[in-house]
Amino acid sequence: MLSPKEVEHVALLARLKLTDEEKETYRRQLSDILDNFRKLQDLDTENIPPTAHVLPLQNVFREDRVGGHMAVEKVLANAPQRQDNFFKVPKIV
Amino acid sequence: MAQYEAVIGLEVHVELKTNTKIFCNSSTEFGADPNHHVCPVCLGLPGVLPVINKKVVEYAIKAGLALNCKIAPFSKFDRKNYYYPDLPKNYQISQYDLPIAEHGQLEINLDGETKRIGITRVHMEEDAGKLVHQGTISTTPYSLVDYNRTGVPLIEIVSEPDMRSPEEAVAYLEKLKAIIQYTEVSDCKMQEGSLRCDANISVRPVGQVEFGTKTELKNMNSFKALHKAITYEIERQIDVLDEGGQVVQETRTWDEDKGVTLPLRSKEEAHDYRYFPDPDLVPLVISEAWVDEIRASLPELPDERKARFVNEYGLPEYDALVLTSTRELADYFEQCVELFNNPKTVSNWVMGDLARMMNATGREIGAVRIKPAQLAEMLKLLDKGTISGKIAKTVFEEMFNTGKDPGVIVEEKGLVQISDEGKIEKIVSDVIAANPKSVEDYRGGKKQAIGFLVGQVMKATKGKANPGLVNKLLKEKLDS
Repeated sequence: MLSPKEVEHVALLARLKLTDEEKETYRRQLSDILDNFRKLQDLDTENIPPTAHVLPLQNVFREDRVGGHMAVEKVLANAPQRQDNFFKVPKIV
Repeated sequence: MAQYEAVIGLEVHVELKTNTKIFCNSSTEFGADPNHHVCPVCLGLPGVLPVINKKVVEYAIKAGLALNCKIAPFSKFDRKNYYYPDLPKNYQISQYDLPIAEHGQLEINLDGETKRIGITRVHMEEDAGKLVHQGTISTTPYSLVDYNRTGVPLIEIVSEPDMRSPEEAVAYLEKLKAIIQYTEVSDCKMQEGSLRCDANISVRPVGQVEFGTKTELKNMNSFKALHKAITYEIERQIDVLDEGGQVVQETRTWDEDKGVTLPLRSKEEAHDYRYFPDPDLVPLVISEAWVDEIRASLPELPDERKARFVNEYGLPEYDALVLTSTRELADYFEQCVELFNNPKTVSNWVMGDLARMMNATGREIGAVRIKPAQLAEMLKLLDKGTISGKIAKTVFEEMFNTGKDPGVIVEEKGLVQISDEGKIEKIVSDVIAANPKSVEDYRGGKKQAIGFLVGQVMKATKGKANPGLVNKLLKEKLDS
């Protein structure tokens, strides 16, 4: 079972503000999820190489050629706040 | 009181000189209008697919090889998660457990000693955007974000904690910069931010094997700042320990104006990055053939070039070290020597007058107006006796300031050396007649009095008389 502290830590990392009730709900739900995943630990993976990607693909490259850019009005269309051509955000220290 | 030693490791970020960003085809050009070099991929809009720029992988391998690293046959990208407005996706694509290159080293030269500094790893990642503040970060009411830099390719080069003094750290960074510049994968301009350096610093009592608690130091924008910041931080940590305290593991920022390091943020919470493989990007399998091809394209690197300068040109170690410190300076020297085949003379001028004028004007070798061919031309004039050594310095300064050919300057200013015996003889006679006291001194045994008389002749000819001839003629007359 996850501790309340661990839930608070994860919530902070995800910038979520949770009520005590929500914390308890997520503590149970996250613990269930983790328990389910833990079942994978029972498998013998001794001779299986680690999987870096699920698709059988490698070396998909792009050439170094400049393409089109987005129009600045489009770039800023969804900005909650802007100043000139900048996104304006609360300062975060 | 205990004797302490510092343990220093550096993390260096270098912007790669590609045309486009690491995972999209937006331009990397410096100085564009805010938010003009962006696209859905680098803005992190939903549903986009990043694809790695082949040139980035090539450059990272090239840098890795130049730093004597082993290139990984298998490499992948991971997501590093953190929330900050300069990162629109809320994660940075980086490399975690399988970086492109590992286990390298470089050599630093300090006070005639050579020391090896280990390179832990070189990995590829995307740069973040730029935050613009009004005033400083602590006084600004809000921040403005420009995402042009978001997605510009970086390599991060992590050293082993092998350095023991600020001087060693600076020497390491200088050498690293030179090597990377030689490979031409980056221009490494610290002021423009294409070379950035963080330092991990701890101290421990001399003789102790375990490391002390380290702090991470950021925001050093020049070699000078790096030296000052590390010096300050070492002293600060020793003071803390001497007063019975404990060093707190934290990130600190160098405040250039105040000359101190200040805590930035607590490490524990903020640095829980939860890395995981990025499912948008498929792994890289690097063939030996590709690595060999890139290895074959490596230029002569600083150490090899230095050795060649000693062997081929017979230069002292020190000259060779200074001249090869940047590729441009070494090229300049060699182009000059090709036209004026006296390497030591060329070296003396490049390391002497040229370096002095560059320092005085803050000009880099690339911005120097004297072309190597012009310097060679001036040295030929000096060699032939057309101009004297003293006049050469005047001509050189004029060349530095105007970029004019030495021949033109000599002609315009009438600086040709007087080697006409008859002309000089006349002036010598006048000087002897006008300075009976010195002549008497000389003849009475004070041979150094001749120096004054030589000076008078030079003065009368505005420095243009051939000094060898002046000496000879003066002696002949005085001794007769």
